[in-house]
Amino acid sequence: MNILACVKRVPLTGGRIVLTDDERAISTRHLGFTVSPHEECACEEAVRLVEQHGGSSTVLTLGPPEAEEQLRDMMAIGVERAIHLVSDGSESDPQATAAAIVSAVREQGFDLLMFGNESADAGNYQVAVRVAYALGLPVVTGVKAIAVLDGGAAVRCEQEVPGGRDVYTVPLPAVVTVKEGINLPRYPSVPGRLRAKRKPVESTVAGPVDARLEMVRLRLPSGAEKQTQVLGHGADAAPAVISVLAELGLV
Amino acid sequence: MAILVFVEDAGDELSQQAIAFGRSLAGDSDPLDAVRITNDGAGYAPAAWAHALAEVISERRPAAVVAPGSERGNEVLAHVAARLDLPMAAHCTSVALGDPAEVVRLRWGGSLLEEARIHGSPVLLTVAPHAIAADGVLDPAEIESVAASEEPADLLVRVSERVPSAVAGVSLADAEVVVSGGRGVGSAEGFVALEELASLLGGAVGCSRAVTSAGWRPHSDQVGQTGTKVSPELYIACGISGATQHLAGVKGAKKLLAINPDGEASIFASADYAVIGDLHEVVPAISAEIRKARGS
Repeated sequence: MNILACVKRVPLTGGRIVLTDDERAISTRHLGFTVSPHEECACEEAVRLVEQHGGSSTVLTLGPPEAEEQLRDMMAIGVERAIHLVSDGSESDPQATAAAIVSAVREQGFDLLMFGNESADAGNYQVAVRVAYALGLPVVTGVKAIAVLDGGAAVRCEQEVPGGRDVYTVPLPAVVTVKEGINLPRYPSVPGRLRAKRKPVESTVAGPVDARLEMVRLRLPSGAEKQTQVLGHGADAAPAVISVLAELGLV
Repeated sequence: MAILVFVEDAGDELSQQAIAFGRSLAGDSDPLDAVRITNDGAGYAPAAWAHALAEVISERRPAAVVAPGSERGNEVLAHVAARLDLPMAAHCTSVALGDPAEVVRLRWGGSLLEEARIHGSPVLLTVAPHAIAADGVLDPAEIESVAASEEPADLLVRVSERVPSAVAGVSLADAEVVVSGGRGVGSAEGFVALEELASLLGGAVGCSRAVTSAGWRPHSDQVGQTGTKVSPELYIACGISGATQHLAGVKGAKKLLAINPDGEASIFASADYAVIGDLHEVVPAISAEIRKARGS
């Protein structure tokens, strides 16, 4: 099986988000970057499926030159090959993102194209669906378990829904979006990191495209800060906590 | 300017919120159509639902199509958007129709707002959960039923089976009290004290992403942007720093009590009540105090 996992480089936000002066991005002066969580799980799943069923795994990102760091992180956990669609780092809307991915992968013959259910930052919930339509492939979203059936002819996917799990059996090739919890991604080993450093990254330049979902500016929601009542310090605070629990009708 | 609302399920709160949102867009003068998709008891098939909905949209040419901000609301509308090659904005809190339409939508699980323009018509959007109250619900008789497509290509992805989840105590999403632990708990064993407090309060145990990544708790216990969204009467955050990823899952909590040794921890900015101290001392002391009060 040839498996593709598409990932996005996002800032590792801590406790408090600070915006850039032009209000079009999060200030990352003091932040690191990571792969959006669902997508890290997509890479781990791709590596595991190849370990079990053979084939090869590829990671792809559309992002600035620095996003090579995230491609190497994913190669360090075992993804074999990396494709970098190098952008100028400006926001790419979901239609443009899907179009860039489609033109890069159309001729590559992937059996399974994996995405995160939604990116951590933009949360548009649609890139994978658009890629599937453009390639004429079926798409299952929000998957928390994948099993390969019939020697790679189909996959069984489980999706969490209120009260249980819905099961889909889909012929390959197909597009699947996964959610965190499908697996626990491994930490990269030191040899894995060294190997990843030496591997080539296939890069092509992705030109700017007019956005049809055009981000204008970002802002922080108002009223996020609360009036906090300090109940006390250490174990001595327990009686004050009980008073609060009683007030709320919980004891 | 007609508005079309996709109703996933007439009894579902997010669908009712989508109707309320659609009604606020339509105002008193413009028509509001609410449509649900039926498929004669066969399993949900997103492409088949979207195909039927896209045909209704192409026939009626509404100014906007509004869908609930649920998993399936987002999924069906994304299929519609791909099928019609239109832009789509997920999780909107407000919209001003026009050319272009202007929306405000959630990013980072609601930690950030984005103002965006949509260049395309009709405007496709899903409503951010709980951005609008579900009042003014339509009479179910006013919701039109449209049959899902039965084309084989639309049925490749279809629910074939529902596996019910094993019932194990109070579910995290529905719990009235959630006792949640972060990196500060220090180990899997450290959660015993949190389990005890949760059980005394009839609540559930949750955790932060750091805990799941460390392998101390299963992902099903994780509260946050990529975990479960909770809405308890009280959320007790023990040794949790308060990363935006975590806070995105607790926005529905009525009250938040934070226990943390670091008085500067960002969790306190979101807390109604604070105890500054080591959870390993504070949590057992609270449990002991509850037992004392109950005379047991």
